[in-house]
Parts: sequence; structure tokens; C-alpha cells
Amino acid sequence: MMKQQVPSNKHYRSKLFTVLHLLLILLFTGSAAAADTKPVRLALQWYPQTQFAGYYMAQAKGIYAKHGIDVEILHGDADSDSLERVTSGKAEFGTAFLSSAMESWARGAKLVNVAQIVQRSALMIVARKDSGIKTIKDLDGARIGTWGSQFQLQAQSLFLRENMHVTFVRQSPSFELFMRGGLDATLAMWYNEYHRLLSYGLNPDEMKTFMFSDLNLNQPEDGIYCLQSTLDKSPDTVKAMVQATVEGWEYAFAHPEETVDTLLAIMKEQKVRANRAHQTWMLARMRDIILGDSPHMNTKLSVVDFDSLKIEMMRASVIMVNIPYDDFYKELNQ
Amino acid sequence: MRVHGIAFRLASLTLLTATLILAAIVGYNYTVSRSMIVNLAEERGTLLAESTASQISGTFKAVQKVIDAISFSLENGNLTEKRVNELGQRILHNNPEIYGSAIAFEAYGFQQDRKYYAPYYHRTDGGKFDFTKLGSEDYQYFYMDWYQLPTELKHPVWTEPHYEKGAEYELMTTYSVPFYQSQDEHKILKGVVSADISLRWVQKLINGLSSRDDGYVFMLSRYGTFIAHPDESLVMNETIFTNAESLKLPQLRDLGRRMVTGESGVVELKGLPNTGDSFIYFSSLPEQHWSVGVVFSKKKMLADVSSLNSKVAIFGCIGFLALALLITGLAHRITHPLRKLTASANIMASGNLDAELPDAVSQDEVGELTHSFQVMRDSINNYIANLTETTAAKERIESELRIAHDIQMGILPKLFPAFPERMEFDIYASIEPAKEVGGDLYDFFFVDENNFCFLVGDVSGKGVPAAFFMAVTKTLLKVVAERRLDPGEVLTKVNSDLAEDNESCMFVTLFLAMMDINTGKVQYASAGHNPPLMLCKGKDAEWIPPQNELVAGIMDDTVYTTRSLTMQPGDTMFIYTDGVTEAMNKAQELYSEERLVEIMNQCRGKSAEQMVLTIDTALKTFTGGAEQSDDITMLAMQYLGKKS
Repeated sequence: MMKQQVPSNKHYRSKLFTVLHLLLILLFTGSAAAADTKPVRLALQWYPQTQFAGYYMAQAKGIYAKHGIDVEILHGDADSDSLERVTSGKAEFGTAFLSSAMESWARGAKLVNVAQIVQRSALMIVARKDSGIKTIKDLDGARIGTWGSQFQLQAQSLFLRENMHVTFVRQSPSFELFMRGGLDATLAMWYNEYHRLLSYGLNPDEMKTFMFSDLNLNQPEDGIYCLQSTLDKSPDTVKAMVQATVEGWEYAFAHPEETVDTLLAIMKEQKVRANRAHQTWMLARMRDIILGDSPHMNTKLSVVDFDSLKIEMMRASVIMVNIPYDDFYKELNQ
Repeated sequence: MRVHGIAFRLASLTLLTATLILAAIVGYNYTVSRSMIVNLAEERGTLLAESTASQISGTFKAVQKVIDAISFSLENGNLTEKRVNELGQRILHNNPEIYGSAIAFEAYGFQQDRKYYAPYYHRTDGGKFDFTKLGSEDYQYFYMDWYQLPTELKHPVWTEPHYEKGAEYELMTTYSVPFYQSQDEHKILKGVVSADISLRWVQKLINGLSSRDDGYVFMLSRYGTFIAHPDESLVMNETIFTNAESLKLPQLRDLGRRMVTGESGVVELKGLPNTGDSFIYFSSLPEQHWSVGVVFSKKKMLADVSSLNSKVAIFGCIGFLALALLITGLAHRITHPLRKLTASANIMASGNLDAELPDAVSQDEVGELTHSFQVMRDSINNYIANLTETTAAKERIESELRIAHDIQMGILPKLFPAFPERMEFDIYASIEPAKEVGGDLYDFFFVDENNFCFLVGDVSGKGVPAAFFMAVTKTLLKVVAERRLDPGEVLTKVNSDLAEDNESCMFVTLFLAMMDINTGKVQYASAGHNPPLMLCKGKDAEWIPPQNELVAGIMDDTVYTTRSLTMQPGDTMFIYTDGVTEAMNKAQELYSEERLVEIMNQCRGKSAEQMVLTIDTALKTFTGGAEQSDDITMLAMQYLGKKS
């Protein structure tokens, strides 16, 4: 009962995946290339959506194959952990939020960051304007909606810094509690939940938003991770993965309509609820947080961002050990 | 045919008017029928939206009552595991519309050692009930909307619809009611009782209404998610707001906001997929904050009106063509005889009165006109014939009158000088009748060796009768005068003869004088004649005093007296008729006796002929060519004395 509000059927998924995968290989890579390529698996941290457009487009447009790797994308869901898949050997590569990866690293996983894809945090606080909240100070004593502890760290840091007390209330992803006035404000991802509020009929001018990246609390998000051993054994494969993924993102940003079409088809195959407006919005926001104002992608993990996040995580006792930047991030020589 | 003939004007005016009337009828017809259809559709659409909404909310209300009652009984009783299970089963047993029901408790709320306690009864394919216990670290129901919303909001809620994994992804909505227990006058939250209701029947109901091709019905959840829509890909995937974003229809977003706030009404939207420009009628389910929309394609809705209107227009055009043919034909038929008549009239105008006229067949104005033309032509023909005859007669009369004139003039002495061998006097006379023949007369002759008679007369009236009377008078005078009577006796005798048998009562004025040419002694008598003028040598002209005796020819016993005077050599007597003094110019002024005297004075020393001609010229100058109204007769007698 009511367990999954987002439909995802594991029984069908593997079967469907195989069919889709074969289809995509046939369509985009050609048989000759397939013979020489090296098979690798990439585990994504959530259901297919344009948050991962670069990976899906690199695969769909044969960019991975062109770089000599045969990538099998393992779709994420609520029940699986992409980094766990990497550490357990179910996948060679995985995507994850920086904070999640640092947590894993601190717990002993021999993971390394080989590319920091999303440089800017998409996390934000949203309040309804008619609630009277105009500045961060107005949030003192407020009930703020969250959906899982993973996204709370920046908020905790903020209110600690501002010396304010708020109550975090875990809510279901439907955001109904916020919509029905059960919360004063809610955390939201700019590319995802914020658009859900728009799609519930709230107008942008009816909402007051605070972006964490504007509050001096930026936190890089999606990055590509693999085991240190993988990097040591096959540095070319790792390079190919990163390079092809960057090209995949560039292709997706250059061809937004085709990208949304492709992702919608995959989502439909995966029985994930999808709509075009939402995916179009998400792709546009991914561009904002990946590229920012720069015309080219930067996959380097910022030392400043890394250190400030590390300090916050240690303060919050999320991690207990110091993580050396050079041990965590491996810049690849292109 | 002339381009702008009557036929053309008649036809074009009539057809123009007919076209305007036709256009007005078609336009009015379209407007009225369109607004009728739109009003009907509004009634129908509103009714459909409202009835669908109330039908669905009616069923929901029944479920609400059941669950409210269960929650009430959960608050008032000793809760054992057995009782909770019984309640769960009873809910399904008594309420076929409920798919499953859970009674979920707060963490450690049912038993101290159990974090999760939430027995869930639901139906299976075979119509039996199945039972599971919800709640685990993977399924912390405290954070599920069905549990969290009623507990946080502290009132019953209808959740957003969702696909239920346990029921083959059927679309469900859940009604959840929190229940409490009183402890020390405080209400302590114990848990939530909920019912899952399949929305398949709602989708079926709504899709059944959408089978018509001219419109469809759709249903929105509290936040605008499509619960039912003929386009399956929208259902649960899109909200009306994301749909508006994809379709780039901001008005659709506005409509969505009105719908989710529970309004009802109607809007017109342009460019919707499938239906195009459409009317949307909407109504809400107040408990759930859901809403129902009915979409009618404007084009389909107005298709009948358009078809009716185009038929009306086609019939109108056919009618127009028929009218055009009829009017043209009719106009030609009416104007055809007119044109024939015009042609005939043109021929007649060029002089040929024998031109053939069309037959006046029709009994209308044209027929009458043709008939009138015929009558006119006949009249003109008759007139011309008469005129020819009359002219001939007139010419004959004129010719006779000319002869009569010649004869009349012939009886008057016309040869001057009349007596060239006589040195004692000089006489000159002129006569100018107003018509061919006149009533004036003059005469002079020797009665014997020494006595010379001269006279002037004026018969009343003019023309032929006067001429005859004049001839008679002249003859009588001559005959009587030669008997050597004195002038008075002559006039008395002549009057007596004229008055006898004068049936026509004509009369004549006469002045008759007899002169002894040796002595210059003149005897004279006057029968009502104008007094003559005497121009004596070295003096101004003088009137010979009038005798005031009656005109001749009226009374047969009138006696005229004789008077006498003596003319000295060089004296001139001027006798005239009233045609001289009463001659008129164009301003209707008379020549008058004063003017005559004046001109006479200027004639001193002139001969008789010069005198008459001078006066005549002065008269002509005065009248200036005005028509002569009376006979003009003048006689000048100049005594020159006895030459020895």
C-alpha cells in the first residue's frame, strides 16, 4: 500500500533495460565498434531524468563507443545506492552527490572523485510569499520540510551560522504537506521540486526562494566516482568515461529538445512518471548549475568548496575523519 | 441596348437591395443561431460538469461517512488487536467501493514494544480479503502522505491520487482520518484510519462522457494533476500547469488556477490540441478540491450553425440568380415596346409621320403610351391635312384680297399731279390701308368748269365690309356731287341713301369741300369727321372748327349744313382720317393732334405732295415699325390763286 508514489517495478526493469540497451547499441554504436569496446557499468543515483542527460546522451549518441567503452547504465531508484554498487563491484563507475561520496569515503570506501560534474548547489528554501517570510531571519522558529537527511546539511549549517532555531519536518516527495500549509517553508532542488511547485499551480511571484549557493553555502553535487583500484588498473578507461560524459553533456545542452525526447522515451520504458515540461525545465537548470556562466564544462573539484563542506560535515559529526583533498579527488591528465 | 437603360437600373437596384436583404438575413440567422447554440452548450456543459462532480463526490461522501464512523468508534473503546482486525474486515465487507483499509497507529502507540502497528485489509482478484501488516524501516508510514497529512493537519484528508503498487498499479486515492484518545483531559493522537478507493470507475465514468468527438471531460486533482483525460499520456504524468507550459498556453494555466481554487464557470480557450478553439465549463468537488472540466470544441459545436448558414446562403444565392433572371427578363419585356416606340418616335421626329408604331398590346402604362402616340400621330396628320387645306383657302382669299385691293385702289385717283394743266391749285393724297382692303376713301374731281370737289371719308370698321361700304359711299358721293348741290346737301342726300337698308349699321365720317378755283372760296360740310387743318400763309396751322354733326349712314333724315371759307393763294387745307392722329408707337402712345400741328407748321412753303410725304415720314418715324392699326389717309389741297 502506498509505498511507491513513483512507480518502479524491479521485475520489469532488468528485462526492459536489456531490451533498451540492445536497441541503443544497435542504433548508435554499430557492430564493428562494439567488438573492440570495453564493457563498463555506470550506476546513477536516481531514476532516469534529465538530471543525468549527459550520461544518457553520451550513450544514445554513441559517444561512449567512440571513446572505446561500452557503457551499461544502471538506473537508480529509491532502494539502491549507486556508491554501494561501485564498492560492491556491481558497477565500475557511479554518480553521487559530493557529500554522499565523502560520507562513504569516511566510512572506508576506497572511492575517488574523477570528475565533479555539477559545480553549483541546486538546493534552495522555498516559502510562500503570503506566509510573510521575506528574509532568512523570518524563518526563525519555522517548520521546514525536508525529504531525507542527505539534503539537510546545508540547511543545518545555515541556521547554525545565523543562530536560528528551526524544526525540520520530513515530508513525502509529493510536497503535499507544504502545499496544504502544514509547513512554513520547504527545502527543494531548483531543477526538481521547485518545478513541482510550479506544476501544482503556484506562480513564481507567489514564492520566496533562497538559493544556498547565494548564501555562501555552495556545495557541489553530482560527480563521477570509481574505486582507486579501477583508476590504477585502467586509467584510460576512466579518462574515456570522463571525456565522453563531458561530450555527452555538451551534446545535451546543444540539443535540448532531442535530449528531452530521448529521456522521456527512457522514462516511459522504465515506467517512471514523466512530463515534458518538467524534464525541459530540469535540463535547463542542469545547464545553469553545471556550466554557470562559463561556456565550457569544468570537471575539477574546487578545493574551497571541498574544504568548506568537509568542515561542515565534521562539525555536524557526519564524518569523523579528515579527508585529504588529494586522496579524494584525482585530476586526470587529459 | 444602352448600358444604363431602365432595364439595367431596375435590375441592378432590385438585385442590390435583394443582396443586402439576403446578407442581413444570413448574418442575423448566424448570430442568433450561434448564440442559441452557445447558450445551450453552456447549459449542457455546466450541467455535465456539475452533475459529474456531484456524482463522484456523492460516492466519496459515502466512504467519508464510513471512515468517520470507524474513527469515532476507535476513539471510544478498548482497542484490542482482535477488535482492530474486526473493524478492518468490516469496512471492506460493508463497502464494496473501498479497495483497502488500514488502521495505523503512532510509533509505539498500540503496544509499547511495537514501533509499527498498521494492519491493512485489502481485496484480491478472487473477491477475497487479504491482510498485511504495514510498517518497517523501509516503509516508515509516518512520513507517508496518507498518515502524515491528517496527523500534522489534525483533520481528515483526501490524498492526491497515486498508483497503487499492490493493486497492479491501479489509480487510488486515500481518505484518512486521525483518531485520538483522551488522557487527563488532553487529546492524544493515536493513529489514522484510512480507506483506499480505486479511481478506475471515475476514469471510466469520465472517459465514457468523452466518447463524443465534439468534446471531452477531464478531471483534475487538488494540484491540477490529470486524474482522467482522453489523452492517457497526460493522466498522472502531467498537471494542467505543466500541460499549459508544454502547449505554451498561459491562459490554460490561469484556468487551472481557477479550477484548483474550487471555482466553477466557463472560459473560452484558443488553440487547444484536438478540439482547437474551445469552451471549457468547470465545476469542483469541494471536499477533495478536485475539479471536473468539460471541453466543447467551438468548431464542432458551431458546425451545425455553419452548415445551416451555408445552406441558407446557397438557397439565397439560387434565389438571387432566379430573381436576377426574372428581373432581367421582366425589365426587358417592359422596356422592349418602349425601345420600339423610341425607335418609331425617332423616325417620326425626323419627319416621317407614317413611321409604323408598335401595337399597343399590353394593358399597362406602356400600352397607354403607345396608344397616346398613335393618337398623337393621327392628330398631327389630321392637323397637317387641315392646315394644308386652310392654307390653300387662305392663299386664295389673300389672292382675292390682293385683287380687291388693286380694285379699291383703282377706284381712287392715283395719278399725280392730278391736273397738271391747272395752275390754281395743287392737290396730293395718299391712302395706306391697315389690311389688304380698307374703309378709308378720298376723291377729288371737277363738278363743273370752276368748282372742284375734294373729300376724305372713314368707314367704321375695316376689311372687306368697310371696303364695300367705302366703294358704295364713293360712288354715291360722286353721283350726288355732280348734281351741283352744295356740300351740305350732298352729304344729306348721300346719308339718306346710305342709311336706307343699312342692316349692318355701318357708318362713315365724311369731310367734303367744294372750291371755286377762281376765287378760292371753299364750301364744305362734315359728317362727324375729324376737323381738317388749315395752314395759312404766314400763320400757324389752325383747325377748321368742327360742326359736330352726325356721322353718315345711321339716321336717314340727318341734315348737314354747309359752311364756307376762303383760301388765299398759298393756303393749304390738310384733311386726314383718324388713322393719322391715332397711330400708335410700340409704347402704345398716340401720335396725337399736337404732334400733327407741330409737323404741319414745319411744312410751310412746301408743295402738297411734299407736305403729305413729310407727315408720312414723321408718322413712320414715330410708330417705329409698330403694326398699323387703322387705315391712314391724308389729303393736302393747296390753293395757288387764279393765274391770269
